[in-house]
Amino acid sequence: MPGQVQSIARAAAILRLLASSSGRLGIGEIARSLDLAKGTAHGIVRTLQDVGFVEQDKTSGKYQLGAALLHLGTSYLDVNELRSRAINWADPLAARSGEAVRVSTLLDGKVLVVHHVFRPDDTLQTLDVGSLLPPHATALGKVLLAYDVGAANAVMRGEPEPYTRRTLVTARALTRALTEIRDNGWAAEIEEMTLGEAGIAAPIRGYGGLVVGAIGLSGPVDRVCDGQGRPRPTLVAYVRDAARAVSRDLGAARW
Amino acid sequence: MTDSYVVSIDQGTTSTRCIVFDRRGNLVSVAQREHQQHFPRPGWVEHDALEIWRNVGKVVPRALAEAGIVAGQVAAIGIANQRESTVVWDRHTGVPVAPAIIWQDTRTDELVETLARAPGAEDLRQRCGLPLATYFSGPKLRWLLDQTPGLYERAERGEVLFGTMESWLIWNLTGGPDGGLHLTDVTNASRTMLMDLRTLGWHPDSLAFFGIPVAMLPGIRSSSEVYGTATAVLPGVRIAAALGDQQAALFGQTCFAPGDAKCTYGTGSFLLLNTGAEPVHSRHGLLTTVGYQIGGEPAVYALEGSIAITGSLVQWFRDQLELISTAPEIETLARTVDDNGGCYIVPAFSGLFAPHWRSEARGVIVGLTSYITKGHLARAVLEATGWQTREVVDAMNADSGLELTSLRVDGGMTANNLLMQFVADVLAVPVVRPMAAETVSLGAAYAAGLAVGYWPDLEGLRSNWHLAARWVPKMDDAIRAEERENWQRAVERTFGWIKPEARAANA
Repeated sequence: MPGQVQSIARAAAILRLLASSSGRLGIGEIARSLDLAKGTAHGIVRTLQDVGFVEQDKTSGKYQLGAALLHLGTSYLDVNELRSRAINWADPLAARSGEAVRVSTLLDGKVLVVHHVFRPDDTLQTLDVGSLLPPHATALGKVLLAYDVGAANAVMRGEPEPYTRRTLVTARALTRALTEIRDNGWAAEIEEMTLGEAGIAAPIRGYGGLVVGAIGLSGPVDRVCDGQGRPRPTLVAYVRDAARAVSRDLGAARW
Repeated sequence: MTDSYVVSIDQGTTSTRCIVFDRRGNLVSVAQREHQQHFPRPGWVEHDALEIWRNVGKVVPRALAEAGIVAGQVAAIGIANQRESTVVWDRHTGVPVAPAIIWQDTRTDELVETLARAPGAEDLRQRCGLPLATYFSGPKLRWLLDQTPGLYERAERGEVLFGTMESWLIWNLTGGPDGGLHLTDVTNASRTMLMDLRTLGWHPDSLAFFGIPVAMLPGIRSSSEVYGTATAVLPGVRIAAALGDQQAALFGQTCFAPGDAKCTYGTGSFLLLNTGAEPVHSRHGLLTTVGYQIGGEPAVYALEGSIAITGSLVQWFRDQLELISTAPEIETLARTVDDNGGCYIVPAFSGLFAPHWRSEARGVIVGLTSYITKGHLARAVLEATGWQTREVVDAMNADSGLELTSLRVDGGMTANNLLMQFVADVLAVPVVRPMAAETVSLGAAYAAGLAVGYWPDLEGLRSNWHLAARWVPKMDDAIRAEERENWQRAVERTFGWIKPEARAANA
C-alpha cells in the first residue's frame, strides 16, 4: 500500500479546523493549532484558496471555508464563465478551420451548448446556445462522457437512441470508443448523429486537470474528413490547440 | 516571396497594445503593456506620455518576435488611440511640458461653464458638432495654457507642440526632435472642438474662442494615407493610418455604408452610426464626428452616442453589492428568473449621458416589492444596458432619418448571451457579432493596409468580415412597448435628484 500523502492529510486538517471554528482564522492561528511551520500552513492554505475551498477576507486577511465546498456535488465552473473564457479561442478556431464551433458541458446527462460560433461563410445560421445534444452521438458529448464515469454509465444503462446506422448504441461499442478518446485526447463523430455531418472535439480542463467542458467543430463529412474517411489531422490539431489554450486560461497547468 | 503583415498600435486608456494581422485580417500575435494612471486630485486623471512612448518601444518588438517576423515583413503601421487626451511637449527636447490630461479628467468643469456663457459658444457648437464639455481636447489645452507660466508665449513662437496620442506617437516614431512629423488625422481632430467639420481644417474663430495659437497645432491629414516612414521602433516601415479608437472600431466592423452602426460594449458603451458624406447635426443629444477619411476622398461622418455606465454596472453589482463573484455570473443569476419582476435599475451614477444629458440625475432602483430577488436585480442590471442602447438608437434614427436595420456589436459584454438577446429584443432588429473581437486594432490595421495597397479596396475588407453570432428579436411587440414605457418612467425618476443649491455649492 502506498504511503500517506502528508500535505493532503494536513489540508484536510485545516479544512476541519476552519469548519469547527466560529470565526475566521489567521495563518498564525492555523499553524499554531496544527503545530505546523507558518510557511507550510501558508502554502497549503494558498493552494486551498486557489481551488476555492478556502476564502480570504479582504480586510482582515483571515481565512474561512470557501463557497466551492458547498457546491462540491454540482458543476464548479459557471457555464457563462466558461463561455467568457472560451470566446477568444473559439473565434480563431472557427476562422482557421472554416467550420462552426461549439463549447459545451454536461447537464443532467445531456450535452448543453454553452457557446456557438457560426461557420465563417456568412450563410444563414441559427444560434443554438442553450440547446441540448445527445452525449453518445456527438463528439462533444463523447469527450465529456470519456472523463465522467458516472455520466457514461448512466447513458449505457439507458437505451441510447440510434440516430443513424453509425450511432454507437451498445455498452461495448461505447466503452471501447471512450477508452480510445482517453488515449488520443480527442474525439470524432462521423455521421453518428446526422448523415453527411462530422465533428471533432477535445476536452477543456480546469484547475487540477478536471475536465469542465469540451470544444469542438462540426461540418460536412467531406470537409471534416479526408479521403479515407478519417478526421483531417490539421483540423484535429486546431481543435486540440484551442482546447489547450482555454484550459491554460482556466488554470490547468499541464495541458 | 515572404508573407507580409500589417501592425496596429492601439494606444488605449489603460494600456498600449500591438497586434500583428495577416492578409485575411486574422490576428497573428498580440503584445500589451499597461501604463500607470495618475489621480493627483479628485476629478484629475493623468498619464505620463513618455511612459506610453516607452511602452510602444516595448510592445511592438515583442509582438513581432511572437509572430516570428521582422520589420521588413511589415507592410504598414496603423494607429488607434484613446481620444481627446491632451499632450503638450517641447519641440526641441521631446519632453512633455506637463502630464497628459486624459479624456475622463474633469478639472476644466469651471472653465467649461465660463466658456459656455461666452459669445460665440453656439457658433462653435455648429462648427465642431460637439457640446462644450470637459471631455474634449480644446478646454484641456486652454487649461494648460492658462496654468503653465510662459506656455502661451512659447506656443505662439512654435516652441511647444500640441497633440492627442496619435500625434505624439507619430512625431516620436518619425524622429522626434530630429525632424519628427507633427500630424493628426480628421477623426482625432474632430474631438478637439477646434476643427471645422465641413472644411476639415482648424477654424480661426474656434482657435480665437479658446485662445489657442495655431503655431502649436498639428497638420490635419486623412485617416488612411502614408504619413511618413518610421525612424524609430520599426525603422523603414510606413506609418499609414491613424484613427480615434471608437472610429477605428467602426472601420474594423466595416461599417462603410450610411446606416451601418456598431456598438462597442465595455465599461461604458459607444454607438457610432455612419451618416455618409454629410455631417448630421443632432437635436437629440448625440455628437457629430468624423467617422473616417480615406486619402483624398470625401470624409465620412458619424453620429455618436456615448453611454457612461454599462459594463461598470455589472462591476458595481459584483464589487459593491457582492452578489456575484465574477462578471459572467450575472447571466447565471439573471437566468434564475424569467423576467425583471417589475424592477428597473437606471444607473445615472454621475448623471445621464446621451440622449438625456442630465448632470443632476442620480441612479434609482424602482419597482421594489417583497417579491424581488437578487435574480430580478441581475436581470434589471442587464436590461439597463439594453434600454440605454435603445435610447441612443432612437435618437440616431430621429436625427439621421436612417432606420437602423441591424446592429454590429463588439467588446467584452458580447460574451453575455442573455444581454445580446435582450438588446435584439428591445431594438427589434438583429444584433450581429463579427468573428474578429479586436475591432479597434483591426480598424487601424485595415486603414493602414488600404493606404499602402496591402488590401485593394473596401470591398476586399468587407469580405474579411464574418458573422460569428446573430441574435434575432423574439420579444412580443406589446411587451416591448410596455417595458419601454416602464423604463422611461424609471428614467424620469432619476431627474432632479441633486438639488440646485448643492450644485451651486460644488461649482
